[in-house]
Parts: sequence; structure tokens; C-alpha cells
Amino acid sequence: MAIKIRYFASLKDRLGRSEDQLLDTGARSVLEVWQAVNADKPLPDNVLAAVNMDYVSLEHIVQDGDEVAFFPPVTGG
Amino acid sequence: MTILIRNESFNPWQEIQQHQNATPSGYGATSIFIGTMRDFNDGDTVKAMTLEHYAGMTEKQLEKIVAEAKQQWAILDTLIVHRVGNILPTEPIVLVSVWTAHRGDAFDGCRYIMEALKSRAPFWKKEQLISEEERWVSHNTDGYQQN
Repeated sequence: MAIKIRYFASLKDRLGRSEDQLLDTGARSVLEVWQAVNADKPLPDNVLAAVNMDYVSLEHIVQDGDEVAFFPPVTGG
Repeated sequence: MTILIRNESFNPWQEIQQHQNATPSGYGATSIFIGTMRDFNDGDTVKAMTLEHYAGMTEKQLEKIVAEAKQQWAILDTLIVHRVGNILPTEPIVLVSVWTAHRGDAFDGCRYIMEALKSRAPFWKKEQLISEEERWVSHNTDGYQQN
């Protein structure tokens, strides 16, 4: 199992990729997941996070097999 | 409750009619919101737009929003249709329709669903300007004329 990380919209463009995988499955918060796969980039201030398609805080603990997503404020409708 | 994500242009009036044919009887009020693509934004002329979404999360969030609305108002049925992909000015982007017995529930429920969609449903707009520049829309406004 692994954690799948997805990026959307302007954040995806800025990072130059839409997905990451994290194979090390030790207990981590959402923020620590970001740091593990984006070591050189701080998480932008306005970025929202979701785990398994529900909004979560950056302190939320991620489980093995979860899908974590990072994206900018939504602009639909 | 019906939630439809459409890749191609849709006719909101046809969608409402079709859905209403299958809506349970007992409704006495229908409140409808239709959002249409403008050809201007932030002082620039916009010639087209691309709408990206997080498939799966979009539907999950919209289902939650409708469930919240149903807890607060006596709603008989709802229809949400939202475009993704390439959109041109004057094409509809979103339709929210709410069927209820009485008008207060219809107006308030429709407003609630639409405002919650704007702040929580994971869609993102990228505008193509007449100057050929492309830019992501950074945030939604409060829904009133900005002067």
C-alpha cells in the first residue's frame, strides 16, 4: 500500500506534476505528507487539503492507502 | 437528488423539464439558479474558459451540501448540473433547481446549495483572454457587482 497525493489547477501547474506516491507509510499528518514529497517547497498559504475526498486540516493524520489532495481555493459555479 | 457533471454544453430549461417529469408530486414551488459564462472578468475580455474538477470529490461534496440543505428546509427534490471542460461565453456553467411545497424553502434551499457549491465544490476556472493570455481565477467573489 501507499499514499497517493494529487494536485489540481494552478498548484498542479506550479509543481509541474499532478500526482505523487509516498511508499513510506509511517504515521504522518497532511502537512508532513506535503513536506515528504515537496522537500524544497513550503506549502502555499491558501492551499486546501482533502483526504479521501473530504476536506481536512493540515494536522489530520493520514492512513496507509489514503488519497491526499492539495489544491487552491475553488472557483466553480 | 440528481447531480450531473457535463463535459458538453447543456440546455438548463430542458434539464429542468426532464427532471420535473420524474419529480414526486406535492411540490408547489421551484427555485432555479443558472450561472452563465460572462465574456468579461476583472476588467478583461474573456474569450473562453476551461473548467477543471476533482472527479469523485465534486460529487461527494455536492451530495453533502444537498443533505445539509435537506436538514434545514423541507426540500422534495434537487437537480444540480455543472459544466467541466472548455466553455464559451453565454454557455451555462451551473444549474441548481430545488422543488419544495412552499416558496421560502425553495428560495433559501437553492441559495444555500449555490453558495456552498461556490465555496466547497472542487472546480477551478482557467480563463483565456482575448490577448491570448491564460490565467487561473484565484478566488470566487461574494456574488455582487464589484465597483
